[in-house]
Amino acid sequence: MTVFELRDALDLTVFHEEEDRPVTGGYAGDLLSWVMGRAESGDCWITIMSNRNVPAVCSLTDAAMVIFAEDVVPDEAALEAARDNGLNFYGSPLSVFELCAKVSALL
Amino acid sequence: MSAEPLHVHYTVDGGNFTSAGEASVKVKRLLRQLGSSPEMIRRVSIAMYEGEINMVIHANGGDADVYVDDETIRIVLKDTGPGIKDVEQAMQEGYSTAPDNVRALGFGAGMGLPNMKRFSDTFKLDTVVGQGTTIELGFINK
Ligand SMILES: Nc1ncnc2c1ncn2[C@@H]1O[C@H](COP(=O)(O)OP(=O)(O)OP(=O)(O)O)[C@@H](O)[C@H]1O
Ligand SMILES: [Mg+2]
Repeated sequence: MTVFELRDALDLTVFHEEEDRPVTGGYAGDLLSWVMGRAESGDCWITIMSNRNVPAVCSLTDAAMVIFAEDVVPDEAALEAARDNGLNFYGSPLSVFELCAKVSALL
Repeated sequence: MSAEPLHVHYTVDGGNFTSAGEASVKVKRLLRQLGSSPEMIRRVSIAMYEGEINMVIHANGGDADVYVDDETIRIVLKDTGPGIKDVEQAMQEGYSTAPDNVRALGFGAGMGLPNMKRFSDTFKLDTVVGQGTTIELGFINK
């Protein structure tokens, strides 16, 4: 499954989108250094954190995409960084729990 | 590459924890240009980010120096903050003195120093209470 396929399958809102690539796993969490230590390259990261540090963590862990759960909208500074660094940022009204179940079933 | 290692210096601003991580993102870009392996880039930039954020949150900023040669990457993070009283405790997963306002941003899991140690090949921490902290991270190209 690729980022764009997952976006369509889950009917995600597009905050910013750049390059399609394979999604090879998933990680959910809001504690940034926990995510830093555990998320893998190619992951779909599901979070409710919305500040400027989210794009940094996404970029440095090389996550394939971020899904903001529960209708959370990333800050303007976070969006700007997503655009600058070519990150795939999406939103969904579903809870973290529901998103994890769906992503896990699709991968 | 020449025998002289490439050296890049970054000043890390204190207090600005909403836009911190900039030096690490720059280092990531630099290593990509230099042709480091994706795994090396990931290890280096994650460890550097944790160190950068720690200087911002706990030490009111500092300096980061990155040295790159053929086989190794060395990162020196130096601050003149409060220092660390009990290093063994600080190195434990889950130990954090981060204040509530930075916890609200997602920091304070107490995983930063353990991550720096885990993702680097050599880890050296020197600290003097009241004077500051210097951390040296070494990475070997594999
Ligand atoms: N540069 C520093 N100067 C002074 N104290 C520090 C410094 N770096 C870390 N510490 C101390 O060590 C503790 C543990 O650091 P660590 O990076 O593991 O966790 P954290 O920064 O509190 O949370 P996290 O990194 O998970 O967001 C900190 O809470 C702080 O008390
Ligand atoms: Mg930390």
